[in-house]
Amino acid sequence: MRTGEQRRTLHGLAFVSPWLAGLAIFTLFPVGASIYYSFCDYDVLSSPVWIGSLNYRDMLSDHVYWKSLANTLVFNAISLPLGLVAALALALLLNQPVRGRGIFRAIYYLPSLVPVIASSMIWLWIFNGRHGLLNEALRAVGVETPPQWLADPVLTKPALAVMAIWGCGNTVVINLAALQGVPRALMEAAMIDGASAWHRFLHVTLPAISPVMYFNLIMGIIGGLQVFAQAFVMFGGGGPDRSVLFYAVYLFQNAFEYRQMGYACAMAWILCLLVLGLTWLASRGSRRFVHYQEG
Amino acid sequence: MVSYWEKWSGYEADAMRAIVDDFNRSQDRIEVRFLSVSQVDVKFLLAASSGDPPDLAGLWSFSIPDFAEKNALTPLDEAIAGSAVGADDYIPLFFELCRHRGFTWGLPTTPGCVGLFYNKKLFREAGLDPERPPRTLEELHEMNRRLTLVELEREGRRARVAFADLTAAERDRKRYSIVQVGHLPQNAGMFVSAWGNWFGAEYFDGDRTILANDPGLRAAYEWLREPSVEFGVEQIRLFGAGFGVSQSAQSPFLGGSEAMIVQGPWMKNFIDQYAPGLEWGVAPFPAAAGVADGAPVALVETDVIVIPRGAKHPREAFEFIVYLQRQDVAERLALAQGKFTALRRVTPEFERNHPNPAVPTFIELARSPGARAVPRLAIWREYNEELVVAAERVLNLRAEPAEALAEVQERVQWRLDRVMRRWDAVKERRLEEWREHAHW
Repeated sequence: MRTGEQRRTLHGLAFVSPWLAGLAIFTLFPVGASIYYSFCDYDVLSSPVWIGSLNYRDMLSDHVYWKSLANTLVFNAISLPLGLVAALALALLLNQPVRGRGIFRAIYYLPSLVPVIASSMIWLWIFNGRHGLLNEALRAVGVETPPQWLADPVLTKPALAVMAIWGCGNTVVINLAALQGVPRALMEAAMIDGASAWHRFLHVTLPAISPVMYFNLIMGIIGGLQVFAQAFVMFGGGGPDRSVLFYAVYLFQNAFEYRQMGYACAMAWILCLLVLGLTWLASRGSRRFVHYQEG
Repeated sequence: MVSYWEKWSGYEADAMRAIVDDFNRSQDRIEVRFLSVSQVDVKFLLAASSGDPPDLAGLWSFSIPDFAEKNALTPLDEAIAGSAVGADDYIPLFFELCRHRGFTWGLPTTPGCVGLFYNKKLFREAGLDPERPPRTLEELHEMNRRLTLVELEREGRRARVAFADLTAAERDRKRYSIVQVGHLPQNAGMFVSAWGNWFGAEYFDGDRTILANDPGLRAAYEWLREPSVEFGVEQIRLFGAGFGVSQSAQSPFLGGSEAMIVQGPWMKNFIDQYAPGLEWGVAPFPAAAGVADGAPVALVETDVIVIPRGAKHPREAFEFIVYLQRQDVAERLALAQGKFTALRRVTPEFERNHPNPAVPTFIELARSPGARAVPRLAIWREYNEELVVAAERVLNLRAEPAEALAEVQERVQWRLDRVMRRWDAVKERRLEEWREHAHW
């Protein structure tokens, strides 16, 4: 490197140094420390004691750990597909040339702006078994004993999945942007060839927006495995029969309630590997379905 | 400048703030800064681990074993020995609750204790004597059947009848909806894990063995199920689904659709706030036959004030703690909070001026030989959590008591073994440190 270049590089580094320092102190160091702690018995108050892989081995025999993992995977198996389909359906509807389209778009986007605590409180009342809006509506249409959404361990996860769909405004916006980008030339060609609306959707629209759907799927997996706030606000300790004790909730309990910080760090690293693994699987599996436009 | 973090909010915090102001005015060397902190234990933990704790913190007595073993507290024995307060000033159990592993870690602020609140009007309506609350579990069961009202179709008309007056066929069919209950053990809120005390259960051997399979605990869990079996799980769930927590306007007791509930003296403040017209009385909750030789049984806890490890001004902080133990100060705080004091002596004015007519009953319960506290155990939180989960499964008839408790045993023992392994590694050093630290 010539001296001029060197100096420019140094200048550049000097300008980004505040950010680099921040990254090192607030991100890299905690990440490194949590790897170390995951091999320790650490209660935050006293110095960590090295115990090797014991935390990881303990996880194997901790049945509540497995329950929290199973809860999270089941919840995602319900909420991810539901959410993706709902967000696509809404985007398609909001893409139709109807009057007041802008207003509808705003209305559907609004819920995603509601803070998670507030929306959890609202849904607590919507799902309330006796006075809840949902059950009042069901009784009005003749269901004699509507389900106990929040007290029945079988229904708690679906209830939370419905809640999650309500806040899918962001995904809808991304889908809308993608729909606007579907090549008109292809659409018109398909119409001239006499393709029906369904066929146009299947063979033109879907392939054209498949990269965005793939993006939504990956973000959904990453976010879904870390689902925490709604379950924590609505159920605290995991709900009836621990049916909504999600991975992140159990991790939080271990870290801050039981003060098993070492164990919680180990759980966090396993979660990280899980997210990586599932994302990799999703990218492998979707290669056949995702079409990127050439050029 | 002494910083003081306290878990209380609302009227309880206001009461303490007034005491702090008095203390600050009473002398000019020390100024206590009072701060009401939510989730105080988590924040305390973080502040203590970063080496910048407050000088005083208000915790619960059940947090003492955990925080003491984790070296987050300052032992107060020497300071107490050189001060005007001593173990003899207190109702023994309350002083005992401030101790762990041979050291004293804090002193009481205001204690708590639970009794049976009952609604006299509902007793009268059910044809029961409103001045005669249940004295045995059998009586409680009988009264529960009288006080539980259901609505059902009879000869084509909606009828409202006491559960006791249903025909055997109607009871078996369970085609009714519950509109009022006598007593539901699950509505004890934070005390669900404590029912074992009324059945003489030992939760813990005091050393390193969890006793979740204790016959007393099993008897309690068998008893927990009775209403579910008798009145119907779904029916109870439907009845309960409309209500919120026990200390809000949605509480079934405050709403007048639950006749009996286990609560502490503070419940009166909520009655005044949400249900001022409620006619209520307090009695000991009946225990199983032969428990505590027939003495009234109650669950007792106390709020405590501690000096965190690494506090900058321990001496000045301790001076404020001693101030709080003065008879007149302790009674003023207790009056303002609607509770009683942990002190052995009670001035006649205190009971006379107390806004809560049931306070003598609570004081008597706290002094009873049948008074019990939660086990002195560093992992009580986890134990409690597991007991609550087990209770929820048993109540909803998803698990047998023996099976649910066996799982509690296995899991909590596993946790305790981990904690004990750690304690064994640091025990000698800790005790040595504490002995040194006791001189300050």
